[in-house]
Amino acid sequence: MAIDIQPEKVKGPGGREPGASRPARPWWLRPAIHTAVAGAVIGYVVGHWLGNFLGSNYQQLPLSDSSDLPIVLGYLLAVVGWIAGLGVFNDPLRQMTGRPVPVEEEDASAAAGLARYFRYSLDHKVVGIQYLVGMIIYFCTAGLFAMAIRAELLSPAYHIFSSSTYVELVGEHGTMMMMLMSSLVVGPFGNYLVPIMIGSKRVAFPRIEALSFWLTPAAFLILFSSLMLGGFPFGWTGYAPLSIQATQGADSYAVAFGLMGISIILAGFNIIVTVICYRAPGMRWSRLPMFVWSMLATSVLMVLAAPVLVGGMYMIITDRTVQTAFFADQLGGSSYLYQNLFWFFGHPEVYILALPGFGIVSEIIPVFCRKPLFGYKTAAAGMIGVTVLSFFVWQHHLFDSGLNPDMRPLFMLTTELISIPTGLIYLVAMGTFWKAKIRFTVPMLFALGMYFNFLIGGISGVFLSDVPADTTEHGSFFVMAHFHYTIMGGLIFAFMAGVYYWLPKMMGIKLNQTIGKIHFWTMFIFFNSTFLPLFAVGLAGQPRRVFEYASNLQTINDWVSISAFCLGGSILIFVINFVWSTVIAREREEGNPWQSRGLEWQVASPPPPGNFARIPVVLSGPYEYGTPGAPPVADLNPPAGVVAAAFTGAPTAAAEA
Amino acid sequence: MSAAADAAPPPAAPAAPAGPNHGLRIFLLWLPLAVIADLVIWIVWGPHLPPGTMSSSAANQQFDIKVMAVLAAPVMIFVLTYFGYALIVWRQRDGDTEDGPALHGNSRVQASWITITSVIVLFLAVFGTVELKIANGAGAGEGPSPIWKPGGAPLQVQVIGQQWKFTYRYPQFGGFETTQLVLPEGQWVAFHVTSLDVIHSFWAYQLGVKADANPGVDNVAYTKPEHTGGFVVRCSELCGLWHGAMFDYGRVVSMSAFRTWAASTRVQLAAVTRILPPYATTYDPTVVPQINKAMAKAGIGGANGYYYPPQDPVQP
Ligand SMILES: [Cu+2]
Ligand SMILES: [Cu+2]
Repeated sequence: MAIDIQPEKVKGPGGREPGASRPARPWWLRPAIHTAVAGAVIGYVVGHWLGNFLGSNYQQLPLSDSSDLPIVLGYLLAVVGWIAGLGVFNDPLRQMTGRPVPVEEEDASAAAGLARYFRYSLDHKVVGIQYLVGMIIYFCTAGLFAMAIRAELLSPAYHIFSSSTYVELVGEHGTMMMMLMSSLVVGPFGNYLVPIMIGSKRVAFPRIEALSFWLTPAAFLILFSSLMLGGFPFGWTGYAPLSIQATQGADSYAVAFGLMGISIILAGFNIIVTVICYRAPGMRWSRLPMFVWSMLATSVLMVLAAPVLVGGMYMIITDRTVQTAFFADQLGGSSYLYQNLFWFFGHPEVYILALPGFGIVSEIIPVFCRKPLFGYKTAAAGMIGVTVLSFFVWQHHLFDSGLNPDMRPLFMLTTELISIPTGLIYLVAMGTFWKAKIRFTVPMLFALGMYFNFLIGGISGVFLSDVPADTTEHGSFFVMAHFHYTIMGGLIFAFMAGVYYWLPKMMGIKLNQTIGKIHFWTMFIFFNSTFLPLFAVGLAGQPRRVFEYASNLQTINDWVSISAFCLGGSILIFVINFVWSTVIAREREEGNPWQSRGLEWQVASPPPPGNFARIPVVLSGPYEYGTPGAPPVADLNPPAGVVAAAFTGAPTAAAEA
Repeated sequence: MSAAADAAPPPAAPAAPAGPNHGLRIFLLWLPLAVIADLVIWIVWGPHLPPGTMSSSAANQQFDIKVMAVLAAPVMIFVLTYFGYALIVWRQRDGDTEDGPALHGNSRVQASWITITSVIVLFLAVFGTVELKIANGAGAGEGPSPIWKPGGAPLQVQVIGQQWKFTYRYPQFGGFETTQLVLPEGQWVAFHVTSLDVIHSFWAYQLGVKADANPGVDNVAYTKPEHTGGFVVRCSELCGLWHGAMFDYGRVVSMSAFRTWAASTRVQLAAVTRILPPYATTYDPTVVPQINKAMAKAGIGGANGYYYPPQDPVQP
């Protein structure tokens, strides 16, 4: 079965018909990032004016709690202006009014090179790259805030920053990481690779997918702009009533977080429908790559958990602007309500940040162990188990709060139960390594680092699930070290594994492997030397988010800070490698450098428009390494009629003929 | 392409090649390491594990942390030993381009893994519940009507959090309010934790007590101080600008010293106590000005329940 790729004219995503394109307008009239910025500015000005007009009886005090309406309406209309400027509404409006939807963008963008990355592109591969670059920028920005926090913590009593600046830094770092990194993997790799891995030419909802990306820069900038309004003093959790009483910076928090919530709902929705409905013939559930399973599980979490966040943020906004009293105790509201809503989202959120990591490493290890994934069904069951259980554990964040104290044994049990499906992920890895032929490539190193870090993160999580032990650990640096081990040590390491593994596929260039190894070793060593001591710091009694601490903890805090700066340096090595390899060196990578059986590696790098010349017929699972007589993973050029036959029930027989 | 290359089977079918018993080797590597680690944790490390043994709840937490560390260490060492062994023994040698054996799973291994993890998890859940019950709530906030509580009549201490200060009221001694937290040795204490403004968390580190201070909520936590000495109180819920500076110190003294202190403080603060609102489990925000007035009279500073601009106070 020869694998040859012949691009053919396909129906564009979004239902556009191939055909005569409209005469191209001059570039500055076509919707792109510059029109979006213009729309945002106009929207903000209008919204701000409208807020002042509606709330004119409020006093105008800078850095006070009395003029939230203009800020909130300004942000909201700026977002509307931003997406209108991008042209998000153009096609739907044309369809609604019965006018033909032009195909212009496809042809123009294919030729336009870099410009298409600054536009509302309906190509899932463009969106994937947009996400990738965006996420790296967001991650580095939020990481710089962490550097500033560690700088302040060099001394127990001497202050680099004022206390207000310090809480701003803490809030910005935490919120930016938690909200934007939700899409760290789903955005770039999910959008780019899932359709290719399931043998589809497109995603289900390209407009929704593209919109999900374009909301992230808006959320990022709105959150960032909080600094101009004095920041917000309540970290990423935004507990009421502190978030109600705080100054206008809190509006940025609520709008940005709510916006990001909408973005991840949209992103998740698209992935779910794509995976369910757009699998190629023969891509049975039992052949779905583990990475696709993890994207599906993550998307389910996103779609089900994020609405609660959006609701919570909306209630904060109305509490702050029009004096509803959802969270005001003395007016019949409850600050517990917010804690419940927040963690009902917040705990699934931490699995939104963990499952993609499991998916990436489970996808990568069979390739570099040269063995089938051990216990495929177990791995899938583990992911589904985590997904389901994560909705039943949120009150472990409230063990000391006095809320629902009699149910603590229940939440202790459910929390500990999660370690069973999580343990399955480790079983799968260990089985895969059994008698393997391990190749120490850069992606494999990062995958191994992920398993090491997440082991520590996961086991420390069991300590936190025990109510008596949690009494000491809750709210301390212990918790902070725990979730940095799972998110930074788990998700970010897995993300790096994914970058080194898939970037040659996505961009068709080689990443420098030597710098990659230096990046891995520095990141691995300094990550552990940053966060491992923090368990001890927490157990020694240092609460989170403080800028003053016991003077006997200075040595260890200084150690951590210096390690953190070195960790920042290792991320810098990554950025240099990324920019060097993708912009300056641009060494071509066309084949299948990892000898992977993944369907995505059977097409050219980067994949042609439409991914596949024809819908492929999937013949076997993606991990059949070393299996005698295993058929190739897919027939990329199936005989005519075989796809139609697939829907009548005999896919493989026809394909093997 | 690789798909085709992979399809070509390795010439010899993997017919269980005779080799070292890897499972046994890993087990023999793991066993001594796990035993040593557990002994070190239990005997050497255990008595020094936080939060110490100053109170009943602290000792209970130390025990829990110890037990979990003893359970966690073998699990962790097993995974690490396994990976370490795998990476050394099963790495691909130079020039070898073959694939590994096609093992798709092993239902016995999978079943025993699930059984072992389930047993550990269920044990931990039961253990945690028992520990929570026998330690009378383990020093954690249990809400207004605790179901796990000590018998007898514990000393009532109300902890009032506000930005950015804790104050303490002793209702059994006329309800005076002070910034000093003094507790008697060998007597159960019931902390009634509440807040006047935002959510704080009362964390008496060496006592192993942590209870959120929610406005309008009476969050009760129990402990029994067993040794005299000082302890640190920190706010462990981010509560605004000066959260990082919201800490003070308490002390555990002998019962007689406590009685003397309480009696004298009661007299000393009598004038302030008179203008305080009467003791209540929670305080309506409307009485906050009254509390503030009394506190100002007693020389107690703080944000007094109001949010003030960042430059004030310059130093707490
Ligand atoms: Cu959680
Ligand atoms: Cu506080």
